[in-house]
Amino acid sequence: MGLEVDIRKKVNGFKLDINFKNEGSHLGIFGASGSGKSMTLKCIAGITEPDEGRILLNDRILFDSEMKINVKPQERNVGYLFQNYALFPHLNVEENIKISLNKKNEDTKTKLKEIIELFKLESLEKKYPRQLSGGQQQRVALARAIIKNPDILILDEPFSALDSYLKERLEVELFELLKTYNKQMVMVTHNREEVYKFCDYMTVIDEGKVILAGSTKDVFANPKYFNVSKLLGYNNISKLQYLTHDTLIATKWGISYKTDTYLENDISFIALKDNDILINNSPYSSGEIVVQVTVVDIIETINHFDLLVKNVSYSQGEAISLKVDKNNFKKLDFKENIFLHIEKKALVYLK
Amino acid sequence: MEISPILISLRTASVATFFTFIFGIFAAKLVLDIKSERIKAILDTIFTIPLVLPPTVIGFLLLLVFGVKRPIGRFLLEFMGIRIVFSWQATVLAAFVIAFPLMYRTAMGAFEQIDENLIMAARTLGMSESSIFFRIMLPLASPGILGGAILSFARSLGEFGATAMIAGNIENKTRTLPLAIYSEVAAGNMKQASYYVAVVLAISFIVILLMNYFGRKPIVKDK
Repeated sequence: MGLEVDIRKKVNGFKLDINFKNEGSHLGIFGASGSGKSMTLKCIAGITEPDEGRILLNDRILFDSEMKINVKPQERNVGYLFQNYALFPHLNVEENIKISLNKKNEDTKTKLKEIIELFKLESLEKKYPRQLSGGQQQRVALARAIIKNPDILILDEPFSALDSYLKERLEVELFELLKTYNKQMVMVTHNREEVYKFCDYMTVIDEGKVILAGSTKDVFANPKYFNVSKLLGYNNISKLQYLTHDTLIATKWGISYKTDTYLENDISFIALKDNDILINNSPYSSGEIVVQVTVVDIIETINHFDLLVKNVSYSQGEAISLKVDKNNFKKLDFKENIFLHIEKKALVYLK
Repeated sequence: MEISPILISLRTASVATFFTFIFGIFAAKLVLDIKSERIKAILDTIFTIPLVLPPTVIGFLLLLVFGVKRPIGRFLLEFMGIRIVFSWQATVLAAFVIAFPLMYRTAMGAFEQIDENLIMAARTLGMSESSIFFRIMLPLASPGILGGAILSFARSLGEFGATAMIAGNIENKTRTLPLAIYSEVAAGNMKQASYYVAVVLAISFIVILLMNYFGRKPIVKDK
């Protein structure tokens, strides 16, 4: 069961070489724009044809270049939510939703009523797409994709066309809706919050290749690669070197520490997890790495402070950025010495 | 004023437009669906070339095909009893060939403007290709297609060169408005000619007005 993709395709010098298996119910395909995410989705839906490889959905072959199988998009039973929703502008909400249904079928009416209620579109049935807000359009597009009961639902950047102030509420609404809809889903996004909130399994795509796959929590906790950690929002990344056989140094910040864990040979970077760094006026350590720092910059944002700090004993080094919540910020005494407390679990080793 | 040229012209232009409308849309869809870029370019050239050829050249080519001594012309005459040359049907044929590229090209342009995602969405929704064409593509392209039809009608109405060559200038049969104007001027009847000119001006004016009306309506695109 599940989705299995192993495809290759060349387009205008861009090489797509994707290989993954969905092991969760909600799969996130994560990557920067232009990494080949959308093309992968289009291959799954059958609206683009890969050069070679195979695609399996619940053990059904959708595409297999060796066996010369290429199931038409019409017969794949895949629900697809397009980035711009792709509602038919000349049809009203009701007509848009029921366009895929058999007119003569008796069930059509009850099904339509059901889905319109589920998606809270009751007063909008006769409206045209251009008369709807972005969120309403999204609900119509989703209703249209779901009404035929697809085997898998594909969401292509579902929130990228929405204003940011609408986004958070709509995200919650959509996720609630999709929870009630108990089917396999694949979502493409370049937004790490969305992946983290929505997907239990994820693959990271970069330049047409899968570089990492795993449960979402694992991938975020241990991104393994320098470029993945950048995509996932790690701000503090430094080169890492052995100073002696048991002492490591993060060269960018001049922070060295003793280690008892054995590192793989190809580990050459270290990243810091924001949540496991503390800043205060206490020089005492209870096992964590303590570094005396000077504050170089403070930016106040709505919910917290962004601080840039530098290692006092390594002034030519670069700054570490960290978020400090407003209560903790108040407790900081800037006339005293300031210390950074980096817990061991904050350290993420990267290739 | 003899009224028959007006009637003949309107009848010819209407029937010719009916055919250009159907075949123009069909040809546009055909070329649009062809995957090979080379075949696409060749077909597009064939469908468009009457637009740039002098009408007399088209009349000449039509004579080559439909002349009674030519294979196709002879076949039509001997087996079906149809004689194209110098018949009223010839005025329709000439107008059709001349106006066809206008319909074809505007329909093509209208189809190409449709957001590709809409077509792909329709496919993932399980709609058949013909259903997509009739329920999605045609309605969305309709402003452009209507504009093209009006343009073809106007062009059919003004057709002179090819008509004269293949249909001749037979009073009450193949003498359309442009031919009537030519004949009257040639005979020195400037006053008669000016009546016809006024009629043509009036019809053309209305046609352009209609076209602007339909042309200004934007093709509804997805936001």
